[in-house]
Amino acid sequence: MYYFDPHIHMVSRTTDDYETLAKMGCVGMSEPAFWAGFDRGSVDSFRDYFRQLTDFEPKRAAQYGIQHYTWLCINAKEAENVELSREVIKMIPEFLDKPNVLGIGEIGLNKNTKNESTIFLEHMELAIEYNQQILIHTPHLADKYQGTRMILDMLTADSRVDPSRVLVDHVEEHTAKEVLERGFWAGMTLSPVTKCTPQRAADIIELCGAERLLVNSAGDWGPSKPTAVPDLILEMRRRGHSEALIRQVVYDNPIAFFSQSQNFTFTHPE
Amino acid sequence: MSIPLNSQEVLDREYLEIRGKILELAASLDRLERAEGCVNEDNRMSLIRQGLQILLQDANESKASQIQMLFSRVFEDNWREKFNL
Repeated sequence: MYYFDPHIHMVSRTTDDYETLAKMGCVGMSEPAFWAGFDRGSVDSFRDYFRQLTDFEPKRAAQYGIQHYTWLCINAKEAENVELSREVIKMIPEFLDKPNVLGIGEIGLNKNTKNESTIFLEHMELAIEYNQQILIHTPHLADKYQGTRMILDMLTADSRVDPSRVLVDHVEEHTAKEVLERGFWAGMTLSPVTKCTPQRAADIIELCGAERLLVNSAGDWGPSKPTAVPDLILEMRRRGHSEALIRQVVYDNPIAFFSQSQNFTFTHPE
Repeated sequence: MSIPLNSQEVLDREYLEIRGKILELAASLDRLERAEGCVNEDNRMSLIRQGLQILLQDANESKASQIQMLFSRVFEDNWREKFNL
């Protein structure tokens, strides 16, 4: 089965991973901008990172028949540096016309602080001003519920935000339903320790339904499994779910969501 | 939508896995007791005990959701006022 990984950080992965993903059926992916594992020191550091996301990575992916898209922002972990965050937000429009840019992301909260919230709102303004879709990171572990509620507050308080053009990622049992009920798209992240297992993700699909629900690996430089989406496919098959339902979650839904971006020119494989 | 498997099939499929997870949990708690010192006053131990109680409840609400909420920070509706945002 072909699938699309809507959230994966390929700058942290090897070319061998591209080959493995292609062999497992991955034909498309979107890569949100995120934290490098250390705080970057200048706006030029982000400019170089955005060049990597918009120039180098799509070429590397294309060698294996994978169509690569991306999202731009300064992540929540670095948002405590408000001055640098504002410089990055001001610079992002330089890249919005690049052919693989889908929108602003992954913006969100980390420790749910005032500075993070301030920079989240300023990213929101940028997305609205340039009519961009938004991809959102919700916090980990104990901070997830509180942070998700804060993010939903900020999004729904602004009538200019169209929920159908926003994807809220890393939802789990206690956040998925509210995200979906408020009209947003929701992404489940398959992660060995801090997020969702394939079994729990399948449970959430059964409890919430497949409409506007996506699944991703969020593979990055930490403990993560870039081939996690096929694990969910296998789990759903083992439970007896239909191929049509599985395809909806791992292929049709991400393509339907991304198709709202003017730069999304995905070509279905033959 | 419901899970296509019936409860007997789920139990047949997951019994050994559940058994293994309970054993891992038991061994972790044993390890805590064998180690020097005392963590009974550590709030995380209270959360662990509350979590174990949730597993034994016959509740209509999802046990997984209850466990998630137990280990979550509290959300306050007036957070924007507090942050002056």
